[in-house]
Order: sequence, then structure tokens, then C-alpha cells
Amino acid sequence: MKQGHHQTHDSIPAIATVKTKRWEIEGVAIIDVKLSTNQRAWAQSKPGQFAMLYGFGVGEIPISFSTLPSAEGRVSFTIRRTGAVSAALTRIKCGGVIGMRGPFGNGWPIEQLAGRDVVIIAGGLGVAPLRPVIDYLAFGRSDANRATLFYGAREPAAILYTKDIERWRNAGVDVHTTVDTASHDWRGNVGVVTSLLSGVPLDSENTVALICGPEIMMRYAAEALKDAGVSDEDVWLSLERNMKCAIGFCGHCQFGPAFICKDGPAFAYDQIRSNLFVREL
Amino acid sequence: MKSIEDLIRNHPFLQDLDKTSIALMAGCAKNVAFDQDTYIIHEGQSADQFFLIRNGAVALESYAPGRDPVVFCTLKSCDFLGVSWLAPPYRWQYDARALEPVRAIGFDADCLRKKCDANTAMGYALMKRFVPSLMQRLQAARLQMMDIYGAPPTIGSAQDRAR
Repeated sequence: MKQGHHQTHDSIPAIATVKTKRWEIEGVAIIDVKLSTNQRAWAQSKPGQFAMLYGFGVGEIPISFSTLPSAEGRVSFTIRRTGAVSAALTRIKCGGVIGMRGPFGNGWPIEQLAGRDVVIIAGGLGVAPLRPVIDYLAFGRSDANRATLFYGAREPAAILYTKDIERWRNAGVDVHTTVDTASHDWRGNVGVVTSLLSGVPLDSENTVALICGPEIMMRYAAEALKDAGVSDEDVWLSLERNMKCAIGFCGHCQFGPAFICKDGPAFAYDQIRSNLFVREL
Repeated sequence: MKSIEDLIRNHPFLQDLDKTSIALMAGCAKNVAFDQDTYIIHEGQSADQFFLIRNGAVALESYAPGRDPVVFCTLKSCDFLGVSWLAPPYRWQYDARALEPVRAIGFDADCLRKKCDANTAMGYALMKRFVPSLMQRLQAARLQMMDIYGAPPTIGSAQDRAR
């Protein structure tokens, strides 16, 4: 049965039609697609999970959900155009079709957020896999105590989801943004995302942190939280390493004893800290 | 109204500093305020002060001829402004501009250096506060230099969007 499951859901792409596409910032597009089949199965997806998106005739890449699939099969992805497949996916016009396999991965530990202070640290495009969980925290379906988002981007023009940030703020999420560099007329923060942490008091014993961004940024952020007294098992990082099959067969995303595609992509810091400092992995 | 000693004692950067050192530092200190968009220090000028920011935000800027100034760091309340007063040639290495109205404690650098020389315990206590912050700022500068969020995309340009 399990093998059959793989053949129908995990190995063979579902067809999805692009309904809308817009450039969120320079080089980063948000596509909204509608699945033709299996909408009910996709609607069980969790924040932090991902799909393998297939550009027909070009190839396949893993992309996290930036909104979760609805019961009607609508789902959106935020794609940075960096290689051949992402270029093909972002070139598709409305009405075009893509392939979708998934949902894959474990997702964020939503069940651990109840009653806790949730600290979300995002860097660059890393805010995309966090978007569904921020929506979840912002719009009342969560029992978390309070939610704080620290978001770092390269420059002011590279800040994603500016409208969502306002919605999140209005819904009570404490949002702090910073950029690595800015021109003279920028009135916001400039500095690395971890510099924002010092300005906000943390209840370290009751904090759960979710981090996504470039791996070096996640390492620094996790260490900063460790220094602030947050325990490693309460700090979760979403890793990304060369995922190809997404079902733990090909081994391309092996990270020490784990396969990021099926054991992750979200890992507690205590599970992976030592391996993050191994350059050869 | 709080005395300058109270303000120094309550500033997070000098948390737990001993009474003697606070009194010595107070002798070199005064309250200062800067309007929004005024420059607090200028690159190349004598680094004859340092500041503990109490309220407001400060942008640290560098500029090159023919280019717009670049903000590479912002400081908030609880931060200190100014490192160049600590080591010769005591010249500012960048500009600092008040992003919003700023209130700070300003210290006469020459006065403070002399007191640090005369009272090495106070000098050491100050260094123990400066060095971790400087390490953090160096680490941050290293990460910023690595440009971890990637090179500017040459794709998704207006040309692509027109397709």
C-alpha cells in the first residue's frame, strides 16, 4: 500500500494551473495555482511543509508553501528566479500548468506553540516558509501567548510581503525589520537580524523560536537565542540542502544521519547543532 | 530630575558599574540632545567625545564621492556611539546622523581617557563593556560583507515582466 501511495501522490506530479502571478520584488514572483486533482489530500498540508514544483521539460525544485493549500486546491508559492527551473516556473503565464508533488516534510512544530511566546526569525526569502505559520499566529487559530517576528533583508527594496507585515502588525504580531544596507533616506533599522534581538525582552524559558533563512544566518540566530537562555530543543530551524526526490530515496539531502526532505526540513537545534559546524556536510 | 550620575547608572551599557567609576565618569559627562537629521559626528573630525544613547535612533553612514551615502548600521537607545575616542589617532571613521530626536549622555573623551589611565580598574571595567559590543559589531559587519541574502537579481526585471 505504501508503495502505491508513493506512486500516486509522492512520485507522480499533480497538475496545477497558474491562476495569478505577480512580482513581489525584483526577481521574486508569487504564483497562485489551483490543483486539478487530490485537493482534499493537499488541504491537509501543514505550515513549513513543501512541494516539489515541476516546470515541464525543465526540471523540479522544492518550494515551501507560502499559503497553505485550501480545500478548493488553491495554494501559493514564492519563487526567487535563480536557476533554470525557477526561471521556467516564474516565466509561466496565467493559465499555464506546472507539476506538483507533495506535501513533503514535517513542517513547523505547531503543536508546541500553545501557551508559549513564539519568536520567528526570518532572513531574506526565508520569510516565505514562515508565512503560513505567521498567518496562523496572527489570525486567531493559535493558542500561543505572543508572537514576535524579526525579519532581515538585504535592502529595503528586498523586503517581502510588505502588505502582510502590516496585516500581521494590525493583528498583534510584534514585527521588527532590518536590512543589511540602506540609502540615506531609509528610516528603519540597519544591521543583521540578530541585532534586533537585544531590543526585545525574551521570556527565555517560555519561548519557542522558528528560524528560516540562509544557513549561516540561522546558525547565528540560534546561537544568539542560546546566549539569551532559550533551550536548544525550543529552537527550530528549517534546512535546505539539495533536495531532489523529496521522499528519502536519492540521498542528495542527507545531513548526517537525517534526510532533510523526510526527517525535516524543520529540526530542533539540539538535533543538528553539532552538524551545522561541520564544514564537510 | 535625575542627576547625570543616575543617568549613567541606569544606562544598560554601564549596568553594574561600581559607584566610584560612575562618579568618576559623571565628572566627564553632560546631557546632550540632537534634532532629527542633524549630524552628531563627522568622519575625519577629532573623536573628542563618546555617547550613550538614551532615546532615539542614530544612523552610521559612509560616503564615497559621486555616490549616495550608505547607512551600514543603526543604533538605538541602550547602545553606545563612538569607538574612535579609545585609540589614536582619535578621529571619527564615519558619520553619525540622528534619525529621530536623540537624547544622550556625552562624555569628554580626553577627560575620560585621563581618568582611565589614572584609575585602571575603571578603564578595565569600561573595556569589558566595549569589547563584547565591538565583537558583535565586527561579526555583524562580517555577515553584512558576505551578502548572505544573495547577489542582486538580474532577473525578474522590468524586461521579464513585460513578456
